[in-house]
Amino acid sequence: MSILQLQDVSKVFYTKTQQTTAVSHLSLEVNAGEFVALIGPSGCGKTTILSLISGLLAPTSGKIVTSGDNAIGYMLQRDQLFEWRTIEKNVTLGLEIKHKNTPEMRAHAFELLKKYGLWEFRKHYPQQISGGMRQRVALIRTLATDPDLLLLDEPFSALDFQTRLEVCDDVYSIIKKENKTALLVTHDISEAISLADRIIVLTARPATVLTVQETGLNDIDSPLKRRQSPKFSKQFEILHSYLHGTI
Amino acid sequence: MNTSKKKTFTREHLLFLRNQKRRKIFVHVTQVGVLILLLWLWELAATLGWIDSFIMSSPSRIWNTLKELIGAGTLWKHMGVSLLETLAGFAIGTTLGYLVAVILWWNTFLKDVFEPYVVVLNSLPKIALGPIIIIWAGTGKASIITMAVLISVVITTITILNGFLATDKDKALLLRSMGANKLQIFTKLVAPSNVPTLMATLKINVGMAWIGSIMGEYLVSKEGLGYLIVYGSQVFRLDLVMTCTIVLCLLAGVMYAIVSILEKIVVKRF
Repeated sequence: MSILQLQDVSKVFYTKTQQTTAVSHLSLEVNAGEFVALIGPSGCGKTTILSLISGLLAPTSGKIVTSGDNAIGYMLQRDQLFEWRTIEKNVTLGLEIKHKNTPEMRAHAFELLKKYGLWEFRKHYPQQISGGMRQRVALIRTLATDPDLLLLDEPFSALDFQTRLEVCDDVYSIIKKENKTALLVTHDISEAISLADRIIVLTARPATVLTVQETGLNDIDSPLKRRQSPKFSKQFEILHSYLHGTI
Repeated sequence: MNTSKKKTFTREHLLFLRNQKRRKIFVHVTQVGVLILLLWLWELAATLGWIDSFIMSSPSRIWNTLKELIGAGTLWKHMGVSLLETLAGFAIGTTLGYLVAVILWWNTFLKDVFEPYVVVLNSLPKIALGPIIIIWAGTGKASIITMAVLISVVITTITILNGFLATDKDKALLLRSMGANKLQIFTKLVAPSNVPTLMATLKINVGMAWIGSIMGEYLVSKEGLGYLIVYGSQVFRLDLVMTCTIVLCLLAGVMYAIVSILEKIVVKRF
């Protein structure tokens, strides 16, 4: 079942002196339960694509189809936790905004806190917990509204390498356990291979699909282990040559 | 947290802490010492005739004037009047300035239209409006409060609006991706993240409101500390002028201290 469809989507930005085509005739599809990664050279319009999907921007032409109005949970670069709210209040932020702060929905959010080892920190403030835990809170905040599709916009880019590997593993296992569909945007090839089932490679601006690669690593259920697979380095080489125009 | 850490303090650490504490005490003692020294020198100069105590006054004369004013009950009356005017100006100026900032944040069109007006109003010396205010608002408390409001309102708007506009764009993006409307973005993000800005503005406005009310009293009033200072200078009673100035210093200091304590309590989380 398709959760998201982009049909021939283009986006043009206008400024005083010029117009820039950020996205050009882009078509792609994400199916339920998939983990898809979008990679492309920096500045190719990846974040614009996420803004289009989440409805923050309207496409200049083309069509974006999502399933239902509760479709999207957006996770941005850095955790974006509100420092003046407790962990508990951060997690229910989306529920408050959507006027869904009902006992049942709150119970669901608290269930996630318990499941992922944050329950005892629910009355703490973000600056009192570690970076990895903050990232987990940010993910649970996104999951609390029970979205059909998670959009991850380079969610690990602010973390140092060691933490990034751990958090990456953590986030992957939570998303899989909660049986969520995810679309990850990154410029980090190895991150894309270690997380995704399918990788969509974009061209430089204006972004359009260059190629789609199946990682073939679906049978390995941990990003860390995937990194050790021989298929991983082969995939890396292929994607690297696509990105640098040598294919 | 302290109790668990105390056990692990090394001897060098304790020594360091003691030195820190000693230094702090030394600073306070010196501060009081400087004050006493100045007062003593002033008194000495007056007694020995180095300065004319009729023009320069002296600590003992100020002390006597203070006792006199308290005895006659006039000090409380004048202090009360000035304090009331200042607090009214402070409250109205801050609230009004905050509301204007909210409106200008809310509506970018209005912000663009009124930006130059705000800039001009800010650089205008508000005291120049004194005569106009007197004609419009009369010679009573209304004029003085208006002056205090005028002086504090523009700077409040500018400071608060800048704070609002500097709110983290990514956090706003996050809220919009959750489907938040403008009111929700304001109440959940912009207002709480600018509590420190508001506190800083309150501190500025303590000073602004006092400037406004004393200036206003210089221009029109028949009571208040500003009035007493002007009156004292007109009848050449410098003791009265000095006494009122010192009372004013103390009042403003206390008000500032109260706002600082409030800030410490509130800002902890933001």
